[in-house]
Amino acid sequence: MSEIILKNITKEYENGFLAVKDVNLEIKDNEFVILVGPSGCGKSTTLRMIAGLEDISDGELLIDGKRMNDVAPQHRDIAMVFQNYALYPHMTVYQNIAYSLKIKKTPKAEIEQRVREVAETLGLTGLLDRKTGQLSGGQKQRVAMGRAIIRHPKAFLMDEPLSNLDAKLRGQMRVEIADLYQRLNTTFIYVTHDQTEAMTLGTKIVVMKDGEIQQIDSPANLFNFPANRFVAGFIGTPTMNFFDATCTEEGGQLVLQTEKGRIPMNEKKAAALRDGGWVGKQLSAGIRPEHVICADRGEEAVFEGEVGVFELLGSNAIVYVQTASGRMVMNTSDLREYAHGEKISLGVMADMVHVFDPETERTVTN
Amino acid sequence: MRNGAGIKRRFQKRYDKPPVVLLFVLPAFIPLIVFWIYPICRSIFLSFTNWDFISPTYKLVGLKNYLSLFRNPRFFEALWHTVVFTAGTLIPTIVLGLILALLLVKNFRGSGIMKFILFSPWITPTVAISIVWTWIFKADGGIANTILSALGASPLKWISSSDTAMLSVVIVTIWKSLGYAMIFYLSALEKVPGELYEAGALDGASKWRQFFDITLPSISPTTFFLMIITMVNSLQAYDQIQILTQGGPSGSTRTLLYMYYQLGFQEFNMGQATAVAVIMILLTVVLSVFQFKASEKWVHY
Repeated sequence: MSEIILKNITKEYENGFLAVKDVNLEIKDNEFVILVGPSGCGKSTTLRMIAGLEDISDGELLIDGKRMNDVAPQHRDIAMVFQNYALYPHMTVYQNIAYSLKIKKTPKAEIEQRVREVAETLGLTGLLDRKTGQLSGGQKQRVAMGRAIIRHPKAFLMDEPLSNLDAKLRGQMRVEIADLYQRLNTTFIYVTHDQTEAMTLGTKIVVMKDGEIQQIDSPANLFNFPANRFVAGFIGTPTMNFFDATCTEEGGQLVLQTEKGRIPMNEKKAAALRDGGWVGKQLSAGIRPEHVICADRGEEAVFEGEVGVFELLGSNAIVYVQTASGRMVMNTSDLREYAHGEKISLGVMADMVHVFDPETERTVTN
Repeated sequence: MRNGAGIKRRFQKRYDKPPVVLLFVLPAFIPLIVFWIYPICRSIFLSFTNWDFISPTYKLVGLKNYLSLFRNPRFFEALWHTVVFTAGTLIPTIVLGLILALLLVKNFRGSGIMKFILFSPWITPTVAISIVWTWIFKADGGIANTILSALGASPLKWISSSDTAMLSVVIVTIWKSLGYAMIFYLSALEKVPGELYEAGALDGASKWRQFFDITLPSISPTTFFLMIITMVNSLQAYDQIQILTQGGPSGSTRTLLYMYYQLGFQEFNMGQATAVAVIMILLTVVLSVFQFKASEKWVHY
């Protein structure tokens, strides 16, 4: 029911620190937008500016076409779930959820009915008379969401809502949030530093770094077509392998020359490399661990090295290999045991190689 | 569970011999007995005698001291003064202390100095403070009247009139304990998580509502603590009354404690004096129990 637009939003603190730089973002109705990035990238600040908890230094925030820069948070009709839940400790679960309705002087009977509905949705019915101090982390999280849901706000803002939960509960709550989004059909804006949460929950992901937006895209595009080296390295676990390579031409075929081998470039990649004038130059290349293969069955070896650590995860295994091009990580479903110190040759799936400008770190070709 | 029971058993085994336990408790217990429990018991006993503070002998007189107190209008006057003094210092100390804390909780240039200045009366001896205030309250040329006339108000007689003497003592007492209340409120306010206010703002609460729905409940344990401490302090106020008014003029600032002092050490009627003291103890206990009971309703830990 709402559209949120950020136009050239900038946040400068009194000490001159630029937390958010010229952010442009369009959030359409019913989108689940994730702001993701390492700590200090400005994602929380951006969220708090949308909520009205931080002043906007420059730029314009529009909610449903109305300029909101100077509107107090009370009047923005936005709900937020905080990292530490921020439940009112002296109130019961019922009072916490009902508080916003009480302020609006909603009739008691309606409050009662709506609180019961929300409690039902979130499985809090038996806990309504408890004080919040008696709740577990997951229950507190649910109450915090209940407090947000009951208002039927224009948008839900969530600031790292799962980071205080243990791993198992986090996975469970993640599914519940996804489920809630399906049922509520409202705009969600969700801040996290956890790229798994970002990839699984979001319909649109905004990757930020140092106060700047790096890329806005769908989870699949972000993974397959990262806009720069930072995004490529940030999205995906284990993280992408980076190595230096030289672009050379051999009989009309463009290849990336590594210390130990050659990676042939397909037509699309070759065209991009030629267009950028990269032939004969040094480049930065990246390959995801799942696209690294063991080259002992005749595939062309690109790297050679010694196995460092071998992690068997069940259905797959992670192998860390020290090579002349740096440490390479291979994520393989071939479950043979690799011994520490074992000599190994690695190949890559050539079509899956990403190439970056070593100076600007922008993607040359995906 | 098994482990917990084991620890408990071991603990009991080691400490079940009374002499060992006693050894650890005695250092705290001996002064308590000598200076507190024994004097209280002795006072209760004395309140049933006619001891004159000097003679080596005395007679048991039963409830006579209490009965004559209850027939004495001076006693009820003092009781009323105690109520007025306690309420008159308790409420303003807490309200003004909270207001000062709210003003000073955000650090700004000079806020540290201001906190120190406001707190300093608490660590200054009451006797010294009271002497200074007798100068301030001087009817001719005292600062209090100078300020009043500068504001266009007519001067007051302050401590030399029975109409304003109680007000004067109350002002001094509030002024002294204000900084103390402020310091406790400052630390309580700093501990209220900022996120609660943000959550409140997003829930639509105005600043006023945030104050009443978030701030006040969050600092309620401090309010409760200050109420008990200020009440006990007010019931025990002696120094400022002694220096400023000596209970006068015409008994207008005579509280129960000051009456006790006058009966015992000026009129040498220790029997009646200790009867007043016993009534004061009962009063303190009753008020404290009442406050503790009431606190279950409004104090949130």
